[in-house]
Amino acid sequence: METIRLRKGLDLKLKGEPQKKVLKTITPEVVAVLPSDFKGVTPRLLVKEGDTVKAGQFVFADKKCEQIGFSSPVSGTVKAIVRGEKRKLLSVDITPDATTQYAQFEPIAEVSKATREDIQQRLLESGLWANIIQRPYGTIAKPTDTPKAIVISAFNSAPLAADINFAIKDDVDAIQIAVNALAKFTTGKVYVNVNAEGNASPLTRLQNVQLTAFKGPHPAGNVGVQIAHLCPIGKGDIVWTIKPQALTAIGKLLSKGIYDVQRVIAISGNRAKEQCYVKCLPGTPVKDIVAAVGVKEEVKVYGEKIGVRYISGNPLCGENVGENGFLGFYDDTVTLISEGNYRELFGWAKLIRTKKYSFSKSYFSWLTPKKRYNADSNTNGGVRPFVVSGLYEKVLPMDIYPVYLLKAIITEDIEKMEQFGIYEVLPEDLALCEYVCPSKQDVCKIVQDGIDLMLKEMA
Amino acid sequence: MGNFILKTIDKLKPTFSKGGKLGWLHSTFEAFETFAAVPATTTKGKIHIKDCVDLKRVMSTVIFALIPPFLFGMWNTGYQHSLAFGLDWGLLQNVWFGFYKVLPLLIVSYVVGLGIEFAVAQARGEEVNEGFLVTGFIIPMIMPIDIPLWVLALSVAFAVIFGKEIFGGTGMNIWNPALLARAFVFFAYPSVISGDTIWIEGLTKAAAPVVDGFSGATPLATLAETGVAGHSFLDMFIGWIPGSFGETSALAILIGAAILLFSGVASWKIMLSCLAGAVGMAFVADSANVWNHLVMGGFAFGAVYMATDPVSSSQTEVGKWIYGFLIGVLCIILRLFNPGYREGMMLAILLMNTMAPLIDWCVVRPSIRRREKRAAVTN
Repeated sequence: METIRLRKGLDLKLKGEPQKKVLKTITPEVVAVLPSDFKGVTPRLLVKEGDTVKAGQFVFADKKCEQIGFSSPVSGTVKAIVRGEKRKLLSVDITPDATTQYAQFEPIAEVSKATREDIQQRLLESGLWANIIQRPYGTIAKPTDTPKAIVISAFNSAPLAADINFAIKDDVDAIQIAVNALAKFTTGKVYVNVNAEGNASPLTRLQNVQLTAFKGPHPAGNVGVQIAHLCPIGKGDIVWTIKPQALTAIGKLLSKGIYDVQRVIAISGNRAKEQCYVKCLPGTPVKDIVAAVGVKEEVKVYGEKIGVRYISGNPLCGENVGENGFLGFYDDTVTLISEGNYRELFGWAKLIRTKKYSFSKSYFSWLTPKKRYNADSNTNGGVRPFVVSGLYEKVLPMDIYPVYLLKAIITEDIEKMEQFGIYEVLPEDLALCEYVCPSKQDVCKIVQDGIDLMLKEMA
Repeated sequence: MGNFILKTIDKLKPTFSKGGKLGWLHSTFEAFETFAAVPATTTKGKIHIKDCVDLKRVMSTVIFALIPPFLFGMWNTGYQHSLAFGLDWGLLQNVWFGFYKVLPLLIVSYVVGLGIEFAVAQARGEEVNEGFLVTGFIIPMIMPIDIPLWVLALSVAFAVIFGKEIFGGTGMNIWNPALLARAFVFFAYPSVISGDTIWIEGLTKAAAPVVDGFSGATPLATLAETGVAGHSFLDMFIGWIPGSFGETSALAILIGAAILLFSGVASWKIMLSCLAGAVGMAFVADSANVWNHLVMGGFAFGAVYMATDPVSSSQTEVGKWIYGFLIGVLCIILRLFNPGYREGMMLAILLMNTMAPLIDWCVVRPSIRRREKRAAVTN
């Protein structure tokens, strides 16, 4: 197995890493399917309030490609169809049955002998297809495309994120079936990338894949960074990516014929009373998930009582879903950190700021490299133009000049965006650039705007 | 105390917010508010945490690094004055005299510069940027102490308006604003910034001849006339020689450089390559004075504080090597072969500021080529 060593990046040491134990299985009172989880999808609703659905039955489909549907993870009754402004579909809420009724799909006994068409049909009709994400742009893969490679990152390197090795430790057989099936879709290889550090990944046992170990700080676990080192995307290339837990679901679908997307997720962050793992379904209310451990309510920072931020995902790539939000379709972590709506008197002028970490050596947190910090959502300063140069490059292990790319996006210059690598990045890959930026630029939003512009212009 | 400040801010805020009685001053109010306390703004997007460093910290680190040469400049102003007029002053008298003389320059620089910055921020409805806190501190340091205040005020206004604001403000400028102020004085009021008397406070206006045999000439001037520096290397390294307020002491500047490099605020690549360029060029063209060139005139100050300005310097890491090296080379060339103006550092940096985007373009090009090569389709 080849090891690729990345030197650039940053491992943030935050308080609230999850302990390796599965506490319980969450049984929610309601489960939501959210169109906002799926980038670029315009939903066509296929159910109405009061309908009964089975696990694996579509609740809505993509208007632009009706083959791609989005399934209910449970069987039950459609409790509510929630709409927002201009009747925009916000969520389909489903009350689960006591025992799950699965929609039946035809299992495939021997994946190695099946054709791409057979497998594709199962993935599409069950709704698992939505797990396959394409690069460029990070949208759901098109069934008509043939990617030049399929790349799977088998580890998270982001702070407070779930340990995938732990979450999928019992699923290797199902994942093997899934990678065998996915191999039919590409003319190239199926890459599985594991962490060179820490415990050996159970996925090193996989056959029929190209295993690579990545060594180095975050974002070494980001699939976009890995693609840049394995099979860089040029204009016109398509690479597919998929998360390990979706592979488990695909394996179960092909072997048993059911849509079972239950997964092991982490509850992390300093505002959770206990940090651990639980089993649950995507679309489970965050409130039900965190009820398993409890939330630290009374926390004061600089004399001000501050609230909790509920993130579906991790602090460097996640959605602020709020207390009443739901676990995202693709997410494997729920992170609870403090909100940052406090004022710190002369914070910027303090010689040493003991409560905060900085990548910059103008503070002295580099003297205590092992210390862990409480995360909060304060921006720690106001937005300014780009001033400092050479900083983003220190945390981005890719052949990209980030500021050039960002300026090309800001000026909406498509040709320059192509030249500076818009096809190779998603916002999550530049998350650390935004983190370290002293000008507090919304780097990830700029990247997303660039991708949206490309989608619009290239459509 | 802390609570008092926060409460006062809360009390005043409605008056200065949009719709309040003094709402048109909201940018100014916010500047003071965020100076007193890091604001309570929170992240909005998919990234939920941000580093605790901000531009205020970066800029205040630079100011911190400017303090050693500033303190030395205060002392040296008094010391040079006492030498020229045959006064027997002690340390405190020298420092007090320098402080008394530089204070008006500092006040004029900040009042004029910040006044324009605040007005522009107000007009644009943006937050006030911290950039001028550094520029306004540097400008008096690179001027002769005897500069008339109205010339200083004009040069600051020129630098801020034409060097910065017309390009869009902090972060958008092509040239280092402080150097532009100096260049303005040099080209618009050459009499103010040349000759041998302007470097020492009081010498220009002195009616009676000063101490016998005293020359206020800077080493660069002496070098141009006689081919030798006229001061020992050690004198010039320590800096008790005539020159601009903050530029004379290489020693004090080295302390500042250590702060900048240690905190990572300035690029070590630019400083090192600038040094290498100057040493290399001096070896070729003026081998007798190789080491003197590093401690004479504005070289050290320019290499440490001006060439490293992140906005006007090269943006790419490879580009920084080229950019710094060429500044060093050009500085020596200008010093040796340009009879009109002996100090080459200012022009060298301004010229390379202009060239920096071109250097970057050449550096970025291979990455674009690689990308074009692996493109599966061409349009």
